[in-house]
Amino acid sequence: MTTKSHPILSMAASRIGLGLLSLLIVSLIIFSAVSFLPGSYASAILGQNATPAAVAAMEVKLGLNRPWFLRYLAWLGAAATGDMGLSFSGRPVMALIGPRLKNTLVLASITAAIAVPLSIALGIVCARYRGRFLDKFLSTSTLASISIPEFFVAYVVMMVLAVKLQLFPSMAGIRNGMGLGEQLYRMVLPILTLLLVILAHMVRNTRAAILSVMASPYIEMARLKGEPEKRVVVRQALPNAIGPIASVVALNLAYLISGVVVIEVVFVYPGVGQAMIDAVRNRDVPVIQACALIFAAAYIGFNLIADIISIVSNPRLLHPR
Amino acid sequence: MTATPSAPVIDLVDLKIEAKSNDQWSKIVNGVSLSIRPGEVLGLVGESGAGKSTVGLAALGYFRPGAKVTGGEVRLLGQNILDIPEEERRKFRGTKVAYVAQSAQAAFNPAYRLMDQIIMVAVDRGGLTREAAQKRALDLFHALQLPDPRNFGKRYPHQVSGGQLQRAMVAMAMICNPALIIFDEPTTALDVTTQVEVLISIRKVIEDYRVAAIYITHDLAVVAQVAHRVAVLRYGEVVEEAPIAQIMERPTHPYTKSLWAVHEMPVGQGDRHGKGAPLLAVTGLGAHYGDFQVLTAIDLDVGRGETVALVGESGSGKSTLGRVIVGLKEVSSGQVVYEGKPLPGTIRRRSLEMLKQIQIIYQSADTALNPRQTVRKIIGRPLTLYQGLRGARREERVLELLKLVELNETHIDRTPGQLSGGQKQRIAIARALAADPRLIVCDEITSALDKVVQAEVLRMLMRLQERLGVSYLFITHDIEVVRAIADRVVVMQDGKIVEQGGKDQVLAQPRADYTRKLLDSVPDMAVGWLDGIVAARAA
Repeated sequence: MTTKSHPILSMAASRIGLGLLSLLIVSLIIFSAVSFLPGSYASAILGQNATPAAVAAMEVKLGLNRPWFLRYLAWLGAAATGDMGLSFSGRPVMALIGPRLKNTLVLASITAAIAVPLSIALGIVCARYRGRFLDKFLSTSTLASISIPEFFVAYVVMMVLAVKLQLFPSMAGIRNGMGLGEQLYRMVLPILTLLLVILAHMVRNTRAAILSVMASPYIEMARLKGEPEKRVVVRQALPNAIGPIASVVALNLAYLISGVVVIEVVFVYPGVGQAMIDAVRNRDVPVIQACALIFAAAYIGFNLIADIISIVSNPRLLHPR
Repeated sequence: MTATPSAPVIDLVDLKIEAKSNDQWSKIVNGVSLSIRPGEVLGLVGESGAGKSTVGLAALGYFRPGAKVTGGEVRLLGQNILDIPEEERRKFRGTKVAYVAQSAQAAFNPAYRLMDQIIMVAVDRGGLTREAAQKRALDLFHALQLPDPRNFGKRYPHQVSGGQLQRAMVAMAMICNPALIIFDEPTTALDVTTQVEVLISIRKVIEDYRVAAIYITHDLAVVAQVAHRVAVLRYGEVVEEAPIAQIMERPTHPYTKSLWAVHEMPVGQGDRHGKGAPLLAVTGLGAHYGDFQVLTAIDLDVGRGETVALVGESGSGKSTLGRVIVGLKEVSSGQVVYEGKPLPGTIRRRSLEMLKQIQIIYQSADTALNPRQTVRKIIGRPLTLYQGLRGARREERVLELLKLVELNETHIDRTPGQLSGGQKQRIAIARALAADPRLIVCDEITSALDKVVQAEVLRMLMRLQERLGVSYLFITHDIEVVRAIADRVVVMQDGKIVEQGGKDQVLAQPRADYTRKLLDSVPDMAVGWLDGIVAARAA
């Protein structure tokens, strides 16, 4: 085609730009919301019995006497290079969160690797056999699992598999030095719980996305060409449903990173959610900010990817006239 | 299963189909028997709801959800395909019998290149290799006179024009060399000039490959060009079946005769232009959608009590011009002068009195009428808004208006869903009349109606004009309608006016090449019209 830049590239660039802008706004909100909380960093560090003079000295030491937007810029600049500052315990925030983040990512990746293909496959099966027993069974059970709060699902899973049947440990406290098999074994219950929670949403949305495409005239045309029903669903409908499927997958993956807080607490899994809970308990503001920023970045990042996938999956945009 | 050459390709024997609507089964095909021999083209003619598509789909052994066979046989190549399970029946489709739908734009999967879609069936089930199938597709592209056949298949559906896509669908149907093709209104969605090209291609392919076909259409003029024999369908029954020449010259059934309704309307009053100052004058008007200029230098007058037909193909800007005049679309240059005074560009800046004077009626009454409101409310609201009528006086006026559009008090409590297509359009007309306008912009208001209903509505509009002295700006693509009702004709192409003048002059002695092409593209109600076109081109 022509040497003019492809519309997809400019669209993707504008989405990425918007994503960065959203992240910037979120960072501003995170920074200011936490800084405007009653009490200052300094008094938090020094405890309630600190003298005003000591607090003032600490504020100067931490640079808290500077205008807030200068502090924001400094914080943001450092964050961009991966330096989230010092936690109140004196250790660098990233050293504190890093291993926890890795644990969360491992938990999330394993869950995602199972959940995404499985839920799309189940969604396709539901769409193919819509109205039949299998579809009704899956629709009802997924609705039930969406409706039940995740901590309750977690406790039910724990009670049945850990307490009654004693198949898996109820605590998922993995440590460095444990063998991989041992780690995986301890992660079974949190993974299972997360699967139950996110599968439902993705299955239902995949089913709905495919069924809405199934109402198109080209689906009837495919049937009139004698295409078997399985191919009609997989070959004719699915490629046109990728956009909506990608966005629900992205939403659930983002949830995996940020929404696992409850699950991690229930199973005492040393992930980033746990770290955030601990930080809130200790009023460790730099850690809270770092966690919030990571969650926000995950959300924005996954949705950005979904946006770009749905743009690229649209042949009208990918192959302009 | 091998049929002798003279044995019918398909035999529909006393076919009965019922469909479920509102929890009730009703007969939609009621004992239809048709038989088609190899190489023969049967035209299946009728109006919407006659059961044409249902019969066409039954020939593929396919029934839409909510429809079921209650009797009869579909003998395809000697085998009754209603006897065998769906899984077996499916295997006939695409290979032995194929289907061409009305809207190619909707019937092609947007996710695949044309070539991949066209050869899919042949490679999967037609026993052809990819290369052989592509070769055959290429031959078909040539036969269908598609531009740049070598590269045509590499495009996606949205990258080619409607007429080309329609021909691509014919190629898709022909790819397995089927014994029978069902054409379901294949040119109805196309502009007339495109329709001619597609008709020529379809007929050429049918003749070259000697394939039998059922050609479904509501347009007698079109079917006269392609079919050998015609069956006229009404309420799911064949009311008349005869060779095409006989149907065209000596239709016997009254219903068949009624299909000529618009064609046989008395030709309108002729040129009444030039009496006094024009009601509406558009001068040097331009309009844009973003950077795209839709209207350029439009000059146009509408006189008092006259009908100006605005003619052009889709995309010519005729509807946009209508929207500019009523103030729904802003102008970028020029002006609209009403009764000697320039009108502000948009509705928001026009006074209630100005709004009242110019009304618009849309093509689809289904979407233009609020489905949850009763007729009383639909017509009553503008009466309250423009005339300040309430209570008993408003009720009285609603009834008067209903009488004016030839409906009666039994319709007043109904919602649009309880009315027929023609009745709904009459309600839309009554709603426009409620404002007591001087000018009504009619945007393709009879295009969605069947011929008989169309003629009735057009006659009513003419009576209303005589009685009320209202002017019409009648936007249409249908030359037959223009001939029946217009005083003057304005022809548009690509956002410009290419010709305007009295109806007799424009239709009989067109000056612009485009007008001539447009008029030449409208099929005559006569067998052999298309042959004439093809012969003239060859000469």
